[in-house]
Amino acid sequence: MTDPKSNPVNNVKPSFFRRIPLAFGAFFRTFSDVDYATRIDKLRQDIEPAPVPAKPPEEPPKAAPPSLKEATPDAALQLLSLLQRDARLIDFAMENVVSYSDTDIGAAARIVHEGCRKVLNEHFTIKPIREESEGSSITLNEGFDAAATRLTGNVVGKAPFRGSLTHRGWRASDTRLPKLTGSHDASVLVPAEVEL
Amino acid sequence: MTAPRFSIGIDLGTTHCALAYTDMSASDGEKTSHGVLDIPQLTAPGAVEAQPLLPSFLYLPHSDELAPGELGLPWSSEQRDIVGELARSRGATTPIRLVSSAKSWLCHPGVDRRAAILPSDAPEEVARVSPLDASVRYLTHMREAWDYAHPDAPFNQQDVTVTIPASFDPAARELTAEAARAAGYDSLTLLEEPQSALYNWIQASQGRWRKEVQTGDIILVIDVGGGTSDFSLIAVVEREGNLELHRVAVGEHILLGGDNMDLTLAHVVARKLAANGTQLDPWQMRALAYACRAAKENLLSDSDVQTMPIVVASRGSKLIGGSIRTDLTREEVTAVILEGFFPQVDASARPAIRTRAALTQLGLPFAQDAAVTRHLAAFLARQVAALDELEGFAGRADPGAGFLHPTAVLFNGGVFKSGILADRTIATVNSWLAAENAQPARLLTGADLDLAVARGAAYYGYVRRGRGVRIRGGTARAFYVAVESAMPAIPGMEPPVQALCVAPFGMEEGTEAELQTQEFGLVVGEPVHFRFFGSSTRRQDQIGTMLDYWQPDELQELDEIQATLPTEGRQPGEVVQVRLHAKVTEAGTLELSAVPRSGEERWKVEFDVRGQPTQ
Repeated sequence: MTDPKSNPVNNVKPSFFRRIPLAFGAFFRTFSDVDYATRIDKLRQDIEPAPVPAKPPEEPPKAAPPSLKEATPDAALQLLSLLQRDARLIDFAMENVVSYSDTDIGAAARIVHEGCRKVLNEHFTIKPIREESEGSSITLNEGFDAAATRLTGNVVGKAPFRGSLTHRGWRASDTRLPKLTGSHDASVLVPAEVEL
Repeated sequence: MTAPRFSIGIDLGTTHCALAYTDMSASDGEKTSHGVLDIPQLTAPGAVEAQPLLPSFLYLPHSDELAPGELGLPWSSEQRDIVGELARSRGATTPIRLVSSAKSWLCHPGVDRRAAILPSDAPEEVARVSPLDASVRYLTHMREAWDYAHPDAPFNQQDVTVTIPASFDPAARELTAEAARAAGYDSLTLLEEPQSALYNWIQASQGRWRKEVQTGDIILVIDVGGGTSDFSLIAVVEREGNLELHRVAVGEHILLGGDNMDLTLAHVVARKLAANGTQLDPWQMRALAYACRAAKENLLSDSDVQTMPIVVASRGSKLIGGSIRTDLTREEVTAVILEGFFPQVDASARPAIRTRAALTQLGLPFAQDAAVTRHLAAFLARQVAALDELEGFAGRADPGAGFLHPTAVLFNGGVFKSGILADRTIATVNSWLAAENAQPARLLTGADLDLAVARGAAYYGYVRRGRGVRIRGGTARAFYVAVESAMPAIPGMEPPVQALCVAPFGMEEGTEAELQTQEFGLVVGEPVHFRFFGSSTRRQDQIGTMLDYWQPDELQELDEIQATLPTEGRQPGEVVQVRLHAKVTEAGTLELSAVPRSGEERWKVEFDVRGQPTQ
């Protein structure tokens, strides 16, 4: 985050006197440095109306675009709020951990871990997708649920597939989020606290 | 009115309430269809969640404290106060607006329980509520939750049972019934919590209980909840070939429970932190008590864990820098909880009694001795003769016994989720039994420690319709009024009092008794007070029995009772001769009335719950 290249100061427009050495430098370097010339060339193309980029060839010819569901922010904000209330997750993630010792971080992690666990247990029913222990060999018959099982590695041939289980997967079989009153402002994840 | 479909059981606890039900139309014999209602409650401002337990906390928010509309419940758009989980969590940061332990205040003889006194440390501008009001709010919340979940089976058309500690005196029972009526409960039965726990055990056994207990068994129910400890003895007898259960004795009211244990541990840990230079503020102290509870439950249920880390989170958003970390070790938990609350004492041990400073009367009268086992030893010794009168038990007990020998133990209350505490308690009882050459007591298992009381109460409503075994017993005390002896006044000496029995031990619901031998002259229009006593051991006294002398621990003084004769049809100041009439209502409350010698009138004699400082 202290990297000077990402510094927003670069957005300040250079003055006239600063532009003179910049122009000469660019002029000569375009001759000597092929990579630099490519970047200058690209800059020119971006300013001028760019040619239409070629479409990726993999795209299927006429598939109807999938109707994308818009996730409602309320449930997400509510979950964040629960994770903050019980697990102090936002406090934890927003803090700069660089200067703390692992002991301090570990102490805080206990609060976060215990709280996250509480939130998960109270508001979801989470079960592994595969009951087999990880590392054991698995046979996937034809028609297996591709959404609940991801094939990796040497994915060739056809079902039945044989492989070893690297992760059991998790499935939320039930969600029990608190109901919100109509006027509730879910964007307040945790209110500011003022002791009188 | 159609026959009720559901029997609803309500556990009105010191720290938690719960509602369970039995679907009587779908139940047959000992196979019942039952469940627990998840009670919708606010868990954060504007967020409603249904949970099986409703924390018995009431929060009285400031008018500017919450945004409008944040207190809505599914059945009501706007509430003034908060009941349940949010009340508890809000109250942790603003205790001056939190009402807690209303049930303990309800049976506190030193205060006026209809007066707005809670929260006891609230500043002037907070509109306080009475212990009675707080109970009304919890009961109302549960009724509304039921009606919301079962629009087709209205609450008031069902059979409702509310549980109370067995040790509740008649005034506290009457106040609970009054709270239920104020909460809109039309029909109501009261049931003692240890009995309810046993009903749950019977229900859960699905008929196998007949094999697990036999005639002659004496079941000791040990119920240690969040705020109170409650003991009962239930004997198993055989009558006409059927097993019958008789509740033969109940313990005294002991304000000692799981919350005291968590708080004690928190103080031990706080002292350890203070030794290292870390001081905790009140907020951190409460967070510490909460963390200690979780650590204690782990250490007391898993005997392999030696230490549990305890972290108290910072209040500000700096979590990592500001948190306080320490450990709770097995030795500390063992020393504080096991040896402090469940010491392995002899059967002759008795709870220590310290004389109180006068000021402590303002707060709750917590038990002075924290040892549950010492209270238990005292209870069993006091009840050594509890079975002498019971048919089938006469002559069975060892005449030399120093205490009543239970043959089976049933635990109830969240504290006994810890196997180590349950083991210690039963081992202690068994060591007393072994010392008197008696058989060790068996452990009855299978009851649900958190929800047994609510479930058992729901099952009781079903049993009352003749569908299962019922625990008999009637009142667990005999009641007396004080009568001043007719003797010449001696300056500087209070006239000695005699105790006149007005209601004998073991009066069953629906029975009445009238005191024929003694009449009292009541002055019309003026309240007349009587000192009132109860005894949990004097089983032999009949109505009209006059006691000139009794052991100090035989009779306990209860709230005064008072009668006021209305002036209608009489001259103020006129003296009317009345007899005292006692009735145990179907609901399970004791009703005393004054009946004039002539005429059909009847005036209710009230329990004076306005509270007077006891000596």
